[in-house]
Amino acid sequence: MYKKTVEIKNTLGIHARPASEIVKRASRFKSNISIEKDGMEVNAKSIMGILMLACEQGSKITIVADGEDEKEAVESIVELVDNKFYEE
Amino acid sequence: MKNRVFRGIPASSGIVMGKAYVLSREIFVPSPARRTTEEELATFYSAIKSTQRDLEGIIQRLKEQKSQEGLKLIEVQLLLLKDPFFVETVENYIREGEGASYAIHKFIETLKTEFETIGDPYIKDRFLDIKDVARRVMRKIEGETGELSYQEPHVLFAHDLTPSDTAQLDKKYVLGFVTETGGKMSHTAIIARALGIPAVVGVGGILKEVKNGEQVIIDGFRGVVVVAPDEDTKRTYEKRIREYREYEKKLEKAKELPATTIDGKEIDLTANIEIPLELKPAVENGARGIGLYRTEFIFLTDDGLPDEETQFRYYREAAEMFRDLPVIFRTLDSGGDKILGWQYLREDNPFLGWRGIRLTLDRKEIFLSQVRAILKASSYGNVKIMLPMVSSLEEVERARELLEEAINGLEKEGRHIKKPVEMGIMVEIPSAAILSEHFAKHVDFFSIGTNDLTQYTLAVDRTNERISYLFDHVNPAVVRLMRQTIDAAHENGIWAGVCGEIASDPVAIPLLIGLNVDELSLTPALIPQIKGIIRGISYQECVKIAQEVLKMDSARKVRKFLSQELLSRFPHLENLLVEVDND
Repeated sequence: MYKKTVEIKNTLGIHARPASEIVKRASRFKSNISIEKDGMEVNAKSIMGILMLACEQGSKITIVADGEDEKEAVESIVELVDNKFYEE
Repeated sequence: MKNRVFRGIPASSGIVMGKAYVLSREIFVPSPARRTTEEELATFYSAIKSTQRDLEGIIQRLKEQKSQEGLKLIEVQLLLLKDPFFVETVENYIREGEGASYAIHKFIETLKTEFETIGDPYIKDRFLDIKDVARRVMRKIEGETGELSYQEPHVLFAHDLTPSDTAQLDKKYVLGFVTETGGKMSHTAIIARALGIPAVVGVGGILKEVKNGEQVIIDGFRGVVVVAPDEDTKRTYEKRIREYREYEKKLEKAKELPATTIDGKEIDLTANIEIPLELKPAVENGARGIGLYRTEFIFLTDDGLPDEETQFRYYREAAEMFRDLPVIFRTLDSGGDKILGWQYLREDNPFLGWRGIRLTLDRKEIFLSQVRAILKASSYGNVKIMLPMVSSLEEVERARELLEEAINGLEKEGRHIKKPVEMGIMVEIPSAAILSEHFAKHVDFFSIGTNDLTQYTLAVDRTNERISYLFDHVNPAVVRLMRQTIDAAHENGIWAGVCGEIASDPVAIPLLIGLNVDELSLTPALIPQIKGIIRGISYQECVKIAQEVLKMDSARKVRKFLSQELLSRFPHLENLLVEVDND
């Protein structure tokens, strides 16, 4: 298992487009990937789940992956979050 | 009961008679389990597959129409459809013994509770998207007629039409439509005008009053819907429809002809564009370019600000379509609430607040990315830039500096820019009209935005029903400001156009020509009608009409005078004019 915590930096937080970007990235990997926030855990391949986390700007999320490509999976999503989903 | 008459807002002109098709999206109680778990699961999977095919079909169609906004929306729906959380939760409910459609219903209800606890109103709203998808799947299972069917031409009745519905509208089968919600500027109204089909919107409660297959008449000029018309009414309308068709045929013939008065004064007739779907109708109706390309639709997405590349694709598409003819892009004209999404700003007076050029100069990254995208499109056609809500010269100077900065930046990147790129302003704030002789020395053209100019000059919010009777763009005070602006332009060697609704108001056309306007920009579908008026009148007569108007002291007198003048020359227009004192 591999995990990392990141802060959401883009102004609007994780709304529809960033959530779908996360799902698209996560779906490229074989590992089970989940995202945790404030004790709630959701499947990173589920756009509904991610939306339900209601991640606003400044909130912290932990990305957890388990499987053969767990490290790449987590780093790939962290990269997306750090770059504000390439939208600002 | 025969001949039930309903009134709404006239959203798109034309009259049509046909059979009603009611698009019903009533909440229904889903059926309980009827079959074995395995059968219910199989039903669920096949409904998902079939919904997926529908969505992919819509995506294909949207791609052909190059509708980026609709595309994003449907792509998110496709992701939601395949969402493991959705699929697994519903599977579990089915295994617990529920029927497939009831399991989906239960899923929606559970999710609703979850989303209600979310504070961010933006994310909260995404529940509606999820519900939309889930209900599509449910409809597949229940076989409910909630989709548009294309078996025969009909008049569509709906509570409201979503962007995914309007993307599917086929002019061959949809004669016209009526919705319970919406206003003149709503998405559905814009689409109707773009497709050139009659529409009446804002007819509250109409779905309860009309049944599938019933005969209906809709009059898009007056905003009238007649359900089950009697013989007399039918005859009256058949006559009007015939007259209107003949009139349209005549206009059709004049499509290739220039908009020139009897004595040879040519007016540039250009189109106002709100969404890309209107570009083709603009060409088909003989527009000599785009006089006002409203860019707001690109920005009003759910996903924050559009990037430069996305904007460039839209601007290039329009530039390429019109080649040498001008395409005038107005920089973003909206209030802060629209741009900053859910972190909306509450202002006591939004129309006097942080909007238009004020906002984009403060957030100069918005202005720069937009201007850069327009400049990039310059090598594909004849593009111009127009600034909205200008009230002071400093704003023009600042915009000019940023334009230079953008040009320099792009040239350093090795981009070819077709120079000079003209920059003009909307004259829509009284201060700009009053000081137009000064502004004229600093810009390349004027376009008078009469909707806002009237609102600001008369201090009348026309959406406020109590005072909307005070709103009239032929008010003598507005007419004087227009004259001053047009004269100032000509004295300084630049041109002046008009892009407000007045440019599609038949009675005002002789007045505008008489004021010596160079260009009129209007809704594409109305171009032929306005051209018909221009071609049937002389500039000399128009000058006299304008001189008379300038002596008048009230809007009511001006409108009465202009109506008489128009009808004495074009008696056949009587049926097409919206009566002034009408409700």
